[in-house]
Amino acid sequence: MHHDEYSEKIFTRRAFFIGSLQVIGLGILGSRLAWLQIAQGKRYKTLSDKNRINIKILPPPRGQIVDRFGVPLAVNAQIYRVLIISEQSDDIMASLKALQKIIDIDDKDIKRVIKQASKTAKFIPIKIKEGLSWGEVAKVEVNLPDLPGIFIDVGDIRSYPYRDATAHVVGYVRSVSKEDLEKDNDPVLRLPGFRVGKTGIEKFYDRALRGRAGAAEVEVNVIGREVRELKRKNALAGKRVTLTIDGELQRYAMEVLSVHKSASAVVMDAHSGAIYAMASYPAFDPNMFVRGLSSEEWKEVTDNLGKPQTNKAVSGQYPPASTFKMITALAGLKAGVIDKNTFVFCSEKYEFGGKSFHCWKKYGHGNVNLVKALEQSCDIYFYKMATKVGIDAIADMARRFGLGQKLGIELSQESAGLIPDVAWKKQVLGQKWYQGDTIISSIGQGDVLATPLQLAVMTARMVNGGFAVKPWVTGYLGDKFLGHKKWESLGISKSHLKLVMQGMEAVVNGKNGTARSSRIERKGFEMAGKTGTSQVQRITMEQRRQGIKNEDLPWKQRHHALFVGYAPMKNPRYICSVVVEHGIGGSRAAAPIAKLLLEKSQIRDPARIQMQPEIAESGTSFPVLWPPKKPIYGENNQGDF
Amino acid sequence: MSYSMFMQDDMSFRQKLLKLNWWLIILICSVAAVGIASLYSAAGGDFDRWALRQLMRFGVGMVGLVVIALIDIKWWYRLTWPIYFIGMMMLVFVEIKGHVGMGAQRWINLGFMQLQPSELMKIAVIMALARHYHGASIEQARRLSFLIVPILVIFAPVALVLMQPDLGTALMIIMAGAAMVFMAGAPIWLFISAIVGATVSVPIIWQFLHEYQKKRIRTFLDPESDPLGAGYHITQSKIAIGSGGVEGKGFLQGTQSHLNFLPEKQTDFIFTLWVEEWGLFGGVFLLMLFLFIFITVLRTSLRCRHNFGRYLALGVGVNFSLYVFINIAMVMGLIPVVGAPLPLVSYGGTSMLAALIGFGLIMSCGIYRHSKVTR
Repeated sequence: MHHDEYSEKIFTRRAFFIGSLQVIGLGILGSRLAWLQIAQGKRYKTLSDKNRINIKILPPPRGQIVDRFGVPLAVNAQIYRVLIISEQSDDIMASLKALQKIIDIDDKDIKRVIKQASKTAKFIPIKIKEGLSWGEVAKVEVNLPDLPGIFIDVGDIRSYPYRDATAHVVGYVRSVSKEDLEKDNDPVLRLPGFRVGKTGIEKFYDRALRGRAGAAEVEVNVIGREVRELKRKNALAGKRVTLTIDGELQRYAMEVLSVHKSASAVVMDAHSGAIYAMASYPAFDPNMFVRGLSSEEWKEVTDNLGKPQTNKAVSGQYPPASTFKMITALAGLKAGVIDKNTFVFCSEKYEFGGKSFHCWKKYGHGNVNLVKALEQSCDIYFYKMATKVGIDAIADMARRFGLGQKLGIELSQESAGLIPDVAWKKQVLGQKWYQGDTIISSIGQGDVLATPLQLAVMTARMVNGGFAVKPWVTGYLGDKFLGHKKWESLGISKSHLKLVMQGMEAVVNGKNGTARSSRIERKGFEMAGKTGTSQVQRITMEQRRQGIKNEDLPWKQRHHALFVGYAPMKNPRYICSVVVEHGIGGSRAAAPIAKLLLEKSQIRDPARIQMQPEIAESGTSFPVLWPPKKPIYGENNQGDF
Repeated sequence: MSYSMFMQDDMSFRQKLLKLNWWLIILICSVAAVGIASLYSAAGGDFDRWALRQLMRFGVGMVGLVVIALIDIKWWYRLTWPIYFIGMMMLVFVEIKGHVGMGAQRWINLGFMQLQPSELMKIAVIMALARHYHGASIEQARRLSFLIVPILVIFAPVALVLMQPDLGTALMIIMAGAAMVFMAGAPIWLFISAIVGATVSVPIIWQFLHEYQKKRIRTFLDPESDPLGAGYHITQSKIAIGSGGVEGKGFLQGTQSHLNFLPEKQTDFIFTLWVEEWGLFGGVFLLMLFLFIFITVLRTSLRCRHNFGRYLALGVGVNFSLYVFINIAMVMGLIPVVGAPLPLVSYGGTSMLAALIGFGLIMSCGIYRHSKVTR
């Protein structure tokens, strides 16, 4: 027990020691508190009342998109907007009502602002209205004293000077969606009114165009006004994107396509693969999308039969029809089934396996060789040859020329098209391949599908000496060249290509050429090409018998009109492919457009400057943008990230 | 085993309830009320955001407290090692899970709350040390060889906690453990040499600290060096506290805390919000509540007639007070930001639960102060 008492005594002593430490500790805390709140209280009170530190995100200016000559296709315009800081107004409803009397504001917007104000911190500005006119700005400015909390602000808005002409290639920016926020945690996305690329190049190079946000640490006073800036990290401007497109040619293409309901065209370089123009009519005004569409405008865009939102030049898939005949011819030449002297007799009908296959021409073409068969687009010649060549050889040739696959252009929506063969039919349809399938495939009908872009690439590969060019639209990102220069050879005999080109020359310039009426007469500017008319529906025996003309059918049932061509004929440079949806016939609808485009291309000659733009040619004079001696839009020269 | 088995037979249930330390319960409820009011204010006058959950946890915890308090202390004595063992298992579990999950996970998800085993482990360490010293005479307690078990008991969980890595909690376990060894009668020179040793080893330990821990200490020594980072929190917290003045800005009127200048206002910086709104009066009021709690615990400990209860009650009390000191000193800029909650006040399930379990044990020591705890 003695020990216990002794240890109890020690414990008591030490417990009291611990207890006094606790009391001293609390004493220290209490003194510190008193010191902070009494002795330093005044100082901290002023700090808290007068000044607060606020972090402000500085949005980076979005990079410009310019055409090959440096002509702006997407720029940042200034826009006036009216905002409110709820902290600075005793009654925001009253302020908004007062504003409503001065300028036109929707009740919907008022409701939105009130709702937003209840959710966000009181010192963060909320957008009331955007895109104010000069008059509205002046009216608000004059009445500012009666509008507590309200102020006018200048912001950037994306503007597309070429409007619908470049809508598909350049694309557009739009308000940040919920999905964007989930995918991307860039803080700048959360800024009011910030927009991101949604389609086209704006989407493809969104990150590079966007730049990097900066941040400023600012001291704000009690009503939220900035007193001074403490620290600053400048925003890094987005990079400029220089396209291979020629803006004026693009606009012209859109114009010539607009005589039809729905059409698309591609103009590209046969040797480099650079796209000079890519038009899909109808389009839409991307500026509308930037500011947001009204429901009527939205209805107009979505209800249009021509699908304005679709870039048909890369995503429209059509049976290439007679424009496919060059592929069949090359396959036949390669297989040795035909040569330039092989003659075939065309008697309108070709009987095979108990079925009859018709030529488009009543009473037939008589005796034709390859050049003549192309010139007059004789179907029987290709039917007969194809049965000997076989579908797999034709399909192989088609793929060499870029059909049936995506070509990797910097635009979303690209379709792969379709080149059927024995394996495909077995795998996808689970059916056996018949010779009849080969026959209709040989003239680009049946299951064969190609996009206008693919048709242009196909033609380019034929006339550039058999090199596997691929299409591209971006020349420079900032000052980094992204274009391509060297292409692999396809291993096609030069003499075969020459023969096919002779046929294409005859199509336009020959006595009986299907596109003779569209020939370019100007010397040295002559074009060559091939027409195509693809059936949307099979021509029934009934129609054939009754002699119903295609133009008597409803629009949706009419044939598509196609044309692929190149110019100048002697030294090919410009490739053009045109598809007019339900345009009835290639020679009457598509070839005239190709003529205009190829003529214009040669006159403007965008290829004379291989991505070395100097002076813009659109009437207005632009500053020399190329080559950039020093960053013009502030690339790489700001910030210390 | 029915519940009554754990109760002493010579007291009726009513007697036991009456013997509960109701004064301590009132103090605990008052501190918790400060917390709930502050959480209501921190959410900008929204009860559902934090306050409701905190209130529910407190309610559940109080039931647990009473149940623990009514169980005879001798059962807690007997259950000490199993509890310690379970605590260690949970620590190992989070350690393995943390490795699998590729991050510093310090909790087990129980569905309704996230349990941090390290918080509960502290109580287990205190219980184990109390049990170890319970049967020891003063001569034994003074022997160095008698320190082997305490060192193992303390440093086994410390090692695991350090692997998480959670330096703050590890230091807390060491400090609470050292207090236990001290109160049991270990020689004074031991502590003096430990303090000297620790001072000498600071530069060595510095090498092993994580960069964020080094940065915290550096920022503490010179807050202006990082006004946008960790120093920003301390500066903002000091501005908030100081601007509260003597009378405070009034309930729900704390401008600094509400404008999100203050991070973690619902957890570690809750004291800041309280004194910004209630001023020096509110601050002193809360400190007084803590003072009364310390005194009550000390009194319970001294009145207890068995060593286990004495050591346990005071040990739990010291642990509680360490949290109070470290948290409040931190938000007032006296020590580095270490990330310790203010027990019973900060938003958080485990710290609330750990505090209430601890007080349950203390009250059990009070009710069963005459219990014959077998050696």
